[in-house]
Amino acid sequence: MSALVQVEGLVKHFPVRRGLFGLGAREVVRAVDGVSFEIPAGRTLALVGETGSGKTTVGRALLRLVEPTDGRFTFDGIDVFGLGSPELRALRRRMQVIFQDPSGSLNPRMTVGEAIAEPLVIHRLASRAERPARVTELLAEVGLDAGFAPRYPHELSGGQRQRVGIARALALRPQFLICDEPVTALDVSVQAQVLNLLKDLQQAHGLTYLFIAHDLAVVRNVADRVAVMYAGRIVEEAPVDRLYAAPRHPYTRSLLSAVPVPDPDAPRNRIVLSGDVPSPVSPPDGCRFHPRCPHPLKGERCAREAPELRDFGGDQRAACHFGEKPM
Amino acid sequence: MFFSLAALAAPLVAPYDPAAQPGIVTLQDAPPSWAHPLGTDLYSADIWSRLVYGGRVSLGVGLLATLIALTVGVAVGATAGYARGWTDSLLMRAVDVGLAIPRIFVLLFVVTFWNRVSVGVLVLVIGLTGWFTMSRLVRAEALSIRERPFVEAARALGASPWRIISRHLLPAAAAPIIVSAALSVGNVMLLESGLSFLGFGVQPPTPSWGTMVADGQGQLATAPWTSFFPGLTIALVVMSWNAVGDALRDALDPRPEVS
Amino acid sequence: MTAPLLSVRDLKTYFVTPAGTARAVDGVSWELRPGETLAVVGESGSGKTVTSLSILRLIPEPPGHVLPGSLIEFEGRNLLTLSPPELRAVRGNGIAMVFQEPTVSLNPVFTVGDQIAEVARVHLGLSRVEARARAVEMLEQVGVPDAARRADEYPHQLSGGTCQRVMIAMALICHPKVLIADEPTTALDVTVQAQILELLERKQAELGMAVLLITHDLGIVAGVADRVAVMYGGQVVETAATRDLFAHPLHPYTAGLLASVPRLDGGRGRLSGIPGGVPPATAWPSGCRFHPRCPHAWDRCRTDEPPLLDGPAPGQSARCWLVTEPGRRKAT
Repeated sequence: MSALVQVEGLVKHFPVRRGLFGLGAREVVRAVDGVSFEIPAGRTLALVGETGSGKTTVGRALLRLVEPTDGRFTFDGIDVFGLGSPELRALRRRMQVIFQDPSGSLNPRMTVGEAIAEPLVIHRLASRAERPARVTELLAEVGLDAGFAPRYPHELSGGQRQRVGIARALALRPQFLICDEPVTALDVSVQAQVLNLLKDLQQAHGLTYLFIAHDLAVVRNVADRVAVMYAGRIVEEAPVDRLYAAPRHPYTRSLLSAVPVPDPDAPRNRIVLSGDVPSPVSPPDGCRFHPRCPHPLKGERCAREAPELRDFGGDQRAACHFGEKPM
Repeated sequence: MFFSLAALAAPLVAPYDPAAQPGIVTLQDAPPSWAHPLGTDLYSADIWSRLVYGGRVSLGVGLLATLIALTVGVAVGATAGYARGWTDSLLMRAVDVGLAIPRIFVLLFVVTFWNRVSVGVLVLVIGLTGWFTMSRLVRAEALSIRERPFVEAARALGASPWRIISRHLLPAAAAPIIVSAALSVGNVMLLESGLSFLGFGVQPPTPSWGTMVADGQGQLATAPWTSFFPGLTIALVVMSWNAVGDALRDALDPRPEVS
Repeated sequence: MTAPLLSVRDLKTYFVTPAGTARAVDGVSWELRPGETLAVVGESGSGKTVTSLSILRLIPEPPGHVLPGSLIEFEGRNLLTLSPPELRAVRGNGIAMVFQEPTVSLNPVFTVGDQIAEVARVHLGLSRVEARARAVEMLEQVGVPDAARRADEYPHQLSGGTCQRVMIAMALICHPKVLIADEPTTALDVTVQAQILELLERKQAELGMAVLLITHDLGIVAGVADRVAVMYGGQVVETAATRDLFAHPLHPYTAGLLASVPRLDGGRGRLSGIPGGVPPATAWPSGCRFHPRCPHAWDRCRTDEPPLLDGPAPGQSARCWLVTEPGRRKAT
């Protein structure tokens, strides 16, 4: 049975003009440079990466909020990138998104009730009379009581706003939800509540999640499978337990070691990477990670030849020439 | 605020007073008295009533012309700002041309061309020469607002561009638009008064504050009130429109004052 | 026991808002010793940032004000009563501060070299040439490669990590005795965060500075802090040595926070979280401010506000009646 979400070779380049009046060298920001993955129905794939990894752009491209430069996205057998506007609009009912910034993603001039009802209005799913009931229902699903409907976003806390965003995304009863850093802007205690909510909703509605995040500890808690992105490409992907127990790519290892652990007695063997994330306009030749790579066997091959994702058993793939001998 | 309400209300309420039309010669240039609180002008008309009727004209021109400018300006600006790309470039080039042409010259040209200009045509011309600035303002707002996360959220939900512009962009941009519109009313009134003063605007016997000031010119030494009161009124009303703009903008923002 | 370098006693900073008086910091006391790292931990609305801004009197005076009766003592002088020139001499010199958003905290129209040099010129009286040399030296010390060239670049040309290093260079150039770091790594990627933390640890050891670290990340606290003060509701609700805090937290809020943090080695189970939300600073709950969200609360908690009570471990105290009545602790 093929997966609900299948992405192949997704590419997104943003043109950047330099020089006066648009003349001069045309450069390209290679935000996403060939990303492929699959998500079976009802499961959660986490897309992890830091700034400049391209993970947010992947989410936007899948929803066609930015038009992809190349690649294929098959949703339930439908070729999403080939759809025209009306079919795309119809498809939006089945794929939705939750944004990172709970205050920014809600129109400050619309009440909570209006914001949640908006998808119903756009797709004509409920008459004027039916809407308040639907809104109350959705609010209840995210743990907010009906009294929130007439309030404005600025009257709510960050956690509550995020719940409203979730309720709005659920209004269309989608099958696939892209969660773009949904808990990053929230306090730790609220983050826990929202993560629990997302998991409960997944159980209740059989939702499929693409969970975009940079916090590896959060990802551990929610994902079935993890894909690590660096400089526009996936460098490793594996079932969650395997990735954390036995990472194969040096970047994954550095990332894991850099996460501060809330335990004073935990051994501190941080692998501190030097340098910064490469420029997306001119990424390094060969393996994009090689200038910063701390692998002892790093060599001339790494600068020349970009490694492909290779299989290492247990459904784990990594793009490293030395994957058999991880650090 | 009160000032603006008074300026707004008086011209609307007072016209229902006994009509003010040029009258008996014997009452020419009478100073303010009980019968005529603001005096009379050289045509023996009661200044107060003329002021009040003139207000309707001046205010009417101000409001209507602004409305026209507003409608066209918002439509063009919002479309250009939201669509971007060549639509934007095309529209903005047109705006640039419009801005380059001095408004007064166009107005004078039209007026002299047509010899006798009805108030309606005046309103139309003033309005149609005034939308360029508004469209640039709206476009700037549209450009910044369209990047805000909640607009992206609306797109993700499948909202059509029309819905996004009307439901999300414009309400968010309302504040500067309203302030600009209020200022515009004041400006138009000044413009109209100026034109009328020069004889190019509203024609007698229809009263307008500009014409009233002109009429009183000859009597400045003997009967200064004939020019003074209309002039004062123009200034006060324009100021109050600015205040109205500020007040409306604050009232429309659902967020409380953040200290 | 060495005398504290910086001590805060009963600090109260209130803000006048249309909704009433926000008692953002409501009686906070702690001490910072030379060479020590004290972490002040809290979530939004706890008052931790306002506390750090109050120390250098960076609170905008209307609508905020620090109440008389608050005491902030640095090297024997009360910072709250210093004259403006005296205060300016302390800022950046004796006490330096690093902020959360490095790209925004730097002036966009000056090169970073100029900005660092300016600190040296103002406080150390160096000439332009000397200050510039010092600035480049500092950039090297904070690990910016190609420092001489970087010094001539503008903030927008640099990455977040590099900007934060620039801020640290500016803060350290006068060898301050105290460094206040307000969420210095929150806006940075985790690998860059590791670099910055490592840099701070190194410089602290070199210069013998005391560090006041404001953060919400318990992982960073565990790795870097000697002592921790947990804030909630504008007050310190627990202080302890780091090890004691993590091993046996006294205050239910601390315990709740620890239980809410997802772990790298944890599974996919439900996280505890803390029910409810942070109350607004204009209306703190009666009695213990945490009681509406506390699983152990009983009548006394609703009516009597607990003071900081000493717990069994030395140096650990918590603002909770459970310290005196441990029998009331419910099994959770």
